Amino acid sequence: MSNKNWQIGTLIKKDMAAVNVMSLTFSLPNFETPMAGQHYDIRLTAPDGYQAERSYSIASAPEEKGIVQYGIELLPGGEVSSYLSALAVGKQVEMRGPIGGHFTWSTDMPGPLIMIAGGSGMVPFMSMIRHHLGKPKDIGREIIFLISARTIEHVLWKEELAEMEKTDLNIRIIFTLTNAEPDGWTGYSRRIDQEMLKEIFMTEQKTPKSAGIQNKMSAVPPAL
Amino acid sequence: MLINNDFIPKRGRSDRLPPGQYEDRGFPVLSLGPTPSISKDDWKLEIKGLIENPTIWNWQEFEKLPQVNVTKDIHCVTKWSKFDTKWRGVPLDEIIKIVKVKNEATHLIAHSSDGYSTNLPLADITLGKAMVALQYDGADIDPEHGGPARLLVPHLYFWKSAKWLSAIEFVDHDIPGFWEIRGYHNYGDPWKEQRYTFD
Repeated sequence: MSNKNWQIGTLIKKDMAAVNVMSLTFSLPNFETPMAGQHYDIRLTAPDGYQAERSYSIASAPEEKGIVQYGIELLPGGEVSSYLSALAVGKQVEMRGPIGGHFTWSTDMPGPLIMIAGGSGMVPFMSMIRHHLGKPKDIGREIIFLISARTIEHVLWKEELAEMEKTDLNIRIIFTLTNAEPDGWTGYSRRIDQEMLKEIFMTEQKTPKSAGIQNKMSAVPPAL
Repeated sequence: MLINNDFIPKRGRSDRLPPGQYEDRGFPVLSLGPTPSISKDDWKLEIKGLIENPTIWNWQEFEKLPQVNVTKDIHCVTKWSKFDTKWRGVPLDEIIKIVKVKNEATHLIAHSSDGYSTNLPLADITLGKAMVALQYDGADIDPEHGGPARLLVPHLYFWKSAKWLSAIEFVDHDIPGFWEIRGYHNYGDPWKEQRYTFD
């Protein structure tokens, strides 16, 4: 039986990744190591046979064996997301993957890692940056991660991001908040624009490093 | 199969929805990179490969070819479907007649101006099954939806309907395209749920 067949994932951990995003971690009996940036599909089947399927990006690192962590935005009326948000630990859903061969990154690739994400579009980048931190040999790589969110409470895993910057001084995480900023906010507070990108990425000392750059951009929905 | 006993479907269901799909009343935009901006003045369509009459049309020339209107349901591999989409364009049958496709041709490779490509067996683009669409819903096709001209092959998952169509190549063997070599199904029949390579 191929790993790519539907298998039964068990919810083992559930908490909030941001004010509007739930983190759900499933264990899988037939785990296949993903590449950072890939997704796993979820399928729900109602008692009358009706099925709904969705693709969700993986937030966990490829190094985290046997589990898949998602960051799923809670959308009012969302058919699958609202079911998942109410799912109790220990409950099961059908899953299959990993899937997707375009929007992926690995520490085997050269150059800096430049990431730009909006809202829950940062989920696949969490997998990439966690993958980087999971490979001690990769420390030293230049990483710039620009995140646009409505408020600071809408940034996923913001405490973990702060820890990442302390763990690896070559990681620079920049926020821009589009709706409201906390007192004393010194970061950006507008939508991503050309001027912002120039300020962050085109400074003189950065330009020579940009040869062979790995650019990754994401927003909701993912790139396909 | 696992039954999720407490799962209450919220979406409407319809026998027009292939398995795993849901109806979206909007028109989501998904692409592999930035949207190319191509004016009608700069637009060209090259027909090449195993044909008697290699041809390059500009917009004015191409627009004069016989066009038809179709109303079709479309199905994206990312799970959304959209019903009753209205398109106008030049059927592939017309193009095949004009360029005289050779007998040994078995497949068509569609090329886009952003470097994208996708493959189709000839049987899937003849007899009214495919067109080069020039209009959506009675107006020019928006650049984000593949304008000025895109391929339309509505009976297959919508990644086969290449946006920003720049060339059509007729070949005598199958050449998997951008998504087909990146984990997506080579044929892509939504009714058989051929989403991924392993389906």
